[in-house]
Amino acid sequence: MSKLDSKIPEGPIDQKWTKYKSTIPLVNPANKRHLEVIVVGSGLAGSSAAATLAEMGYSVKVFCFQDSARRAHSIAAQGGINAAKNYQNDGDSVYRLFYDTIKGGDYRAREGNVHRLAEVSGSIIDQCVAQGVPFAREYGGLLSNRSFGGTQVQRTFYAAGQTGQQLLLGAYSGLNRQIGLGNVKMYARHEMLDIVNIDGKCRGIIARDLVTGKLERHFGHAVLLCTGGYGNVFYLSTNAMGSNVTAAWKAHKRGAMFANPCYTQIHPTCIPVSGDHQSKLTLMSESLRNDGRIWVPKKKEDVEAIRAGKKKGSDIPEEDRDYYLERRYPAFGNLVPRDVASRASKERCDAGYGVNKTGEAVYLDFASNMKYKYGKQVATLKGIANPTEAQLTEFGKEVVKEKYGNLFDMYKQITGEDPYEIPMMIYPAVHYTMGGLWVDYNLMTNIEGLYALGEANFSDHGANRLGASALMQGLADGYFVIPYTIGAYLSKEIGTKAIPTDKEEFAKTEQEVQDRINKFFAIKGTKSVDYFHKRLGKIMWEKCGMARNKEGLEWAIAEIQKIREEFWKDVRVPGEANEFNPELEKANRVADFIELGELMCKDALNRNESCGGHFREEFQTEEGEAMRDDENYKYVAAWEMKEVGNWELHKEDLIYENIKIAQRSYK
Amino acid sequence: MNLTLKVWRQKNTNDKGKFETYKAENISPDMSFLEMFDVVNERLIVEGKEPIAFDHDCREGICGSCSMYINGRPHGPNNGVTTCQLHMRSFKDGDIIVVEPWRSAAFPVIKDLAVDRSSFDRIQAAGGFVSVNTGNAQDANNLPIPKNDADESFAAAACIGCGACVAACKNSSAMLFVGAKVTQFALLPQGKPEATQRVLAMVNQMDAEGFGSCTNTGACSAECPKEISLSVIARMNREYLSAQLFAE
Ligand SMILES: Cc1cc2nc3c(=O)[nH]c(=O)nc-3n(C[C@H](O)[C@H](O)[C@H](O)COP(=O)(O)OP(=O)(O)OC[C@H]3O[C@@H](n4cnc5c(N)ncnc54)[C@H](O)[C@@H]3O)c2cc1C
Ligand code: SF4
Ligand code: FES
Repeated sequence: MSKLDSKIPEGPIDQKWTKYKSTIPLVNPANKRHLEVIVVGSGLAGSSAAATLAEMGYSVKVFCFQDSARRAHSIAAQGGINAAKNYQNDGDSVYRLFYDTIKGGDYRAREGNVHRLAEVSGSIIDQCVAQGVPFAREYGGLLSNRSFGGTQVQRTFYAAGQTGQQLLLGAYSGLNRQIGLGNVKMYARHEMLDIVNIDGKCRGIIARDLVTGKLERHFGHAVLLCTGGYGNVFYLSTNAMGSNVTAAWKAHKRGAMFANPCYTQIHPTCIPVSGDHQSKLTLMSESLRNDGRIWVPKKKEDVEAIRAGKKKGSDIPEEDRDYYLERRYPAFGNLVPRDVASRASKERCDAGYGVNKTGEAVYLDFASNMKYKYGKQVATLKGIANPTEAQLTEFGKEVVKEKYGNLFDMYKQITGEDPYEIPMMIYPAVHYTMGGLWVDYNLMTNIEGLYALGEANFSDHGANRLGASALMQGLADGYFVIPYTIGAYLSKEIGTKAIPTDKEEFAKTEQEVQDRINKFFAIKGTKSVDYFHKRLGKIMWEKCGMARNKEGLEWAIAEIQKIREEFWKDVRVPGEANEFNPELEKANRVADFIELGELMCKDALNRNESCGGHFREEFQTEEGEAMRDDENYKYVAAWEMKEVGNWELHKEDLIYENIKIAQRSYK
Repeated sequence: MNLTLKVWRQKNTNDKGKFETYKAENISPDMSFLEMFDVVNERLIVEGKEPIAFDHDCREGICGSCSMYINGRPHGPNNGVTTCQLHMRSFKDGDIIVVEPWRSAAFPVIKDLAVDRSSFDRIQAAGGFVSVNTGNAQDANNLPIPKNDADESFAAAACIGCGACVAACKNSSAMLFVGAKVTQFALLPQGKPEATQRVLAMVNQMDAEGFGSCTNTGACSAECPKEISLSVIARMNREYLSAQLFAE
């Protein structure tokens, strides 16, 4: 039998979860106290899982590398969170959210998981409101919604441009309550550097106290990796500087399969790269596409005049603008999914229509909606029959400010330009990784007792994630899925006593971690960690980014192998092991990124089709759209590591019983 | 542009620490302040010296990690931004820039510019929550909340927990930070039932952590990157007084 059993329950799609949930064995409260759960990560997935498991009575330990749980990368999410509440009465339903997500993922996600996600989505909003999360509201006091890409309904809940922050602070408050009650022990500034397997089950972790540099051993009956995504393999991405793959990668090296590593989301609306010094890229939330229209000039001479600084975007008359998303995709317009929007921008820029000096930028323009949509609305409300242009602009500005104020401020801070006056310039950037640790319906990896939640797993978004669905998935996993599914495993573990950490497996794993740290210091090379990271990132972006092809991927694989070799000969890690040492932390992470980069390219090379965020130039329609090959590639590619640089592919077939698969069309 | 940096170097909490001078050369005005530090660190590493340690993560003003005291002001010369959002175009060629960590007894230095702010987490754990378990919450729209209350609550909830308010205050008071959390909940019906215990528990923990008292100078709010209003302190004081009356 294949090593991959997805454990999707039998029965009709809309009853699978409800039925299954009620059959999972329970663990009685007295036993729960003796069951220890390690949660690595304090983002939305980790904090929500830890708080809920502790409320249920389990003993929980939480780890994060930041100085506080509240600083996990989820804090940076801007635009919103989806839920099938149908508060706007626009025809939304659980089925529609399910359908949109499967279609948005280009038919490469599991039906069972996605339906469950849609089912629990409503409860997430209820839970967050009960915690005091201050979502945006209408004047009547009810919750407000907006639209995100790939949908035709308004199902996105938000808190200005700080939705992730407010949701995370909500989950963090739940976590804090459990910390205060003594049910959770928090280990901030701790980095997990390996998992410990005993008799085929995951039984704990090795973590490094980042302040003292000491290695620690921690036992758990189960270990949950909620460690986020690996977009930083590209060096430049919208992820936080510390986001990394280490936790998932260490699990992978100890036997956990890594699924669909090549599925990367390139987000269409980010602030363009301005120079070599750049350390990260900044997202301008997708919510802006509700009111911002994307365009480039129709005429090359206008492009040249703009690049030379002789004209501004606002000087180009309406008829000379190419609103290419509205032109190519009239049904969804500016709200097509991210992969489609990003590729369309690349197509225009490659054709020479990019509007900044580097030729890699397009406009995101609010002027017309600001004035004629919102300005008019406000004027009408105020009873002004014939508002002047200046009044319209002024009124519109107020509305736009309330909706997107912090994003506009952020843009101005970074670029020095005022987006209320001139159109924003944007370009696609690496943003999210759909791939991750392979998990079954219980969110368990193929190693017993080891789970993966949130962005760290691969399960719900197929080949492309829809906007506002990552927050939903993280909280679904943590609040509403794992608290049930973990019972299937832990109910069998009530007889297992806590394993003392002086056991051989702990000692051996710790020694291996120590050896690697010593190796870093022993190299005493000439190049900084960043030097290697930047080189890796450039290769990944150029050959395994928005467009990929066989030749480029083969070249990249060879090149990354060379980087790996050089890294282990010539990297310089200053300072000592037993102290606060951010360079050592980076070295650990980049060493793993290099190995991951190779696997991503191999996965992309293996997948001889285009789907979602994975666009192989050899496989496209005449109109330049992604061309899937359902006959040969309708599977999850789960990779098992044999040794560094050598993997075996396992396939999990995807079965569609409720949705008819078709070519994705947003026209 | 070329700059001179005077940076606080301190090996660990017990070390005495001192200023060291560094040159930052060929700095582009488009760089962020932290990217300028990256350039300096890159050079130190290649020269075989120890790079300067500092906290940072999101680099877009939301995680609250970055925390540099620049030329006598937390997060530097501009209002309403964090250190990571400060760009070099705010400085001039030839400038001398003095960079220190947050200074407060409740925020011990870990190394160089990185400090220990876990006292903030302990204050939150004392009462910064609504006691509601997961599951069984009522439908979200069953609890309408006037838009103004929701907006005001949100404005207080925008605090990123960076600690600049404490660093700015001559008494190292954490009233703005604590007031922001108390205010977020005080304005919402969900927060009402526990209002009394919450404010007492959080203020007690704040005192126990060694933060100073508030003498209403307003430096905290002036330096707060999220421009949290001083009114949150007034609201917390009101809540605290009435809670004390209740408690007695
Ligand atoms: C700028 C930006 C905006 C976004 N906006 C949206 C949005 O509007 N809507 C939406 O749905 N999604 C959005 N996303 C995506 C979404 O924010 C993330 O996918 C999601 O927050 C991930 O949550 P998580 O809990 O899985 O991981 P994270 O929040 O990334 O948390 C990871 C945690 O793991 C810890 N960790 C990692 N490795 C280790 C280790 N080795 N040892 C110890 N701890 C470790 C970290 O300390 C951290 O606590 C956005 C993403 C970005 C980058
Ligand atoms: S109140 Fe302002 S300065 Fe103080 S921690 Fe919060 S965001 Fe930082
Ligand atoms: S690094 Fe996150 S706020 Fe500055």
